[in-house]
Amino acid sequence: MAATRDGYGDGLLALSDNPKVVVLEADLGKSTKSLHFRKANPDRTISCGIGEQNMLLVGAGLASSGYIPFASTFAIFTERAFEQMRNGVARPNLAVHLCGSHGGTHTGTDGSSAQSIEDLAIFRTLPNVVVMHPCDDISTKVLTCQLPELGKPSYMRTARNKTPVLYDGREDEIQIGKGIQLTKGNDVAIVACGVLVHEALEAAKILSVDGINASVVDMHTIKPLDTDLIDRLADTCGAMVSAEDHSIIGGLGGALAEHLISSKLIPLERIGVPDRFGESGEAEQMLEMMGLKSHHIAAAAKAAIARKA
Amino acid sequence: MAGMSIEELENMARDCRAEICKITHRAQAGHPGGSLSEIDILCALYGTRLRVRPEEPKWSDRDRFILSKGHASPGMYALLAKRGFISHDDLESYRVLGGICQGHVDMKWCPGVDFSAGLLGMGLSYGLGCAFAAKLDGSVRNAYVMLGDGELQEGSIWEAAMAAAHHEVGNLKVFVDRNRIQNDDFCEVQMRMFDIPAKWAAFGWAVKVIDGHNMTEIVDAIQWMDSITDKPAVVVANTVKGKGISFMENNPAFHGAAPNDEQLAQALSELGVSA
Ligand SMILES: Cc1ncc(C[n+]2csc(CCOP(=O)(O)OP(=O)(O)O)c2C)c(N)n1
Ligand SMILES: [Mg+2]
Repeated sequence: MAATRDGYGDGLLALSDNPKVVVLEADLGKSTKSLHFRKANPDRTISCGIGEQNMLLVGAGLASSGYIPFASTFAIFTERAFEQMRNGVARPNLAVHLCGSHGGTHTGTDGSSAQSIEDLAIFRTLPNVVVMHPCDDISTKVLTCQLPELGKPSYMRTARNKTPVLYDGREDEIQIGKGIQLTKGNDVAIVACGVLVHEALEAAKILSVDGINASVVDMHTIKPLDTDLIDRLADTCGAMVSAEDHSIIGGLGGALAEHLISSKLIPLERIGVPDRFGESGEAEQMLEMMGLKSHHIAAAAKAAIARKA
Repeated sequence: MAGMSIEELENMARDCRAEICKITHRAQAGHPGGSLSEIDILCALYGTRLRVRPEEPKWSDRDRFILSKGHASPGMYALLAKRGFISHDDLESYRVLGGICQGHVDMKWCPGVDFSAGLLGMGLSYGLGCAFAAKLDGSVRNAYVMLGDGELQEGSIWEAAMAAAHHEVGNLKVFVDRNRIQNDDFCEVQMRMFDIPAKWAAFGWAVKVIDGHNMTEIVDAIQWMDSITDKPAVVVANTVKGKGISFMENNPAFHGAAPNDEQLAQALSELGVSA
């Protein structure tokens, strides 16, 4: 077990050798895990105080001057700097890499004010911005290390709490923009991101007991969406479920729906946070309460299969 | 309520300190440091000045108290229980699913909470809105806002500060909990703020600097605030993060970490309170 935020911290540290990489903090480096880079490279780490809006545009200035800035705070507070990201980063297409940790209701007992459930949706609306939400520390590290080559802005959501490690020794399979098929089955495809990838894998086990074979996909990059993979899955499975610890509106489920409506009209069921705010509770309690557990996903898979023409 | 003696206030603050340690210990999470630094001011304000009705928490003409540094909720909950807004048993619901004591103070969940916080930099603007509303109503009520010192780094604080002075909002009263520590480290390391009182003065505010743990000074400062009616007033209270518990004092580690079993026992014995 490990937290994706630790993967981000490891990734930044591994980027120490690139002299163009600069890290920006907003008084949450201990939490987002940029502190490891800061300790190793104090001269290339800039404390912006508790000032997220300032941080984003300092990043833009650095990017326009040939540096590769990585800025992080809690996912919820990246939202405060949304217009800075929109007008100061995305519009001029400056390669600032923003990381929002503690995303989703899985964040737990801090409560609704700290549980970002809309970050993927809002950043996905910005032209030029790549949006990612990896599911384990290894893939988070690999994706982070690929960012200096990206040449455009990105937003990556990481999670606070520990989840199983999936990709130890499988680093080569991870590439920005390419979904990873974790299980193969022809009855239904479950496309998940972040914490819910693990719930999706459990759901596939539940379904197999009933003789239902599911393809589970880790869609760590939500934008650009791996539409080739989605179309292939639509053809082979004919029914799909999205699963994310994010609002039902506008996230991975929204992205799949937008794509499928104009390519393959197959049944799609969406697992996500219903149109409501979270509250204080343990991570597992929040997933149960919001309808994000494996049994919810399995039920949604059956509903999608039942709707096949 | 109004007119508690200095000794009564000090006793209440000591009891609240014990409660802060207990509820963060029970949850094994939360923010004791900033709760312990703010608690003397909260006690003095609620014990001598604030026009509120515990039995009628939504009374429309109440003074407003906005804990903008809403992570320091254990202090607020301890006080609300002392004043009868919530029961002592409610404190057990801190960070528990369905509990009224949410991780960060939340007006939707908890009686006596005037602003849903946990998002630094927002409470002053909200308080300004409440103060405007009081003026429009022709009411004598005030809006009091408690800010963290790290929180002053948010630009929106200074947008609100400028607007409040421009509009001569004399019923807006602010405390800055100057405990010199923020999340990751000391403010001096994270973002120096230089002369904080001078900054507020330059923005057009009436400013007073006090020792935020000296009950007499706090009560006097609250009265001083009442004497300022033509402009907003701010009290910069020099405090100690973790005040009252030796191993928490001035220790950034206890910004957002709960005491363990032994630490709780030590904390309660230092306070002279039984478990
Ligand atoms: C906008 C925003 N950014 C970051 C945080 C995370 N955070 C919670 S408390 C804290 C430090 C607050 O320091 P200060 O205002 O000095 O409060 P105190 O010392 O009284 O606890 C930070 C950065 C937040 N709550 N809101
Ligand atoms: Mg402070």
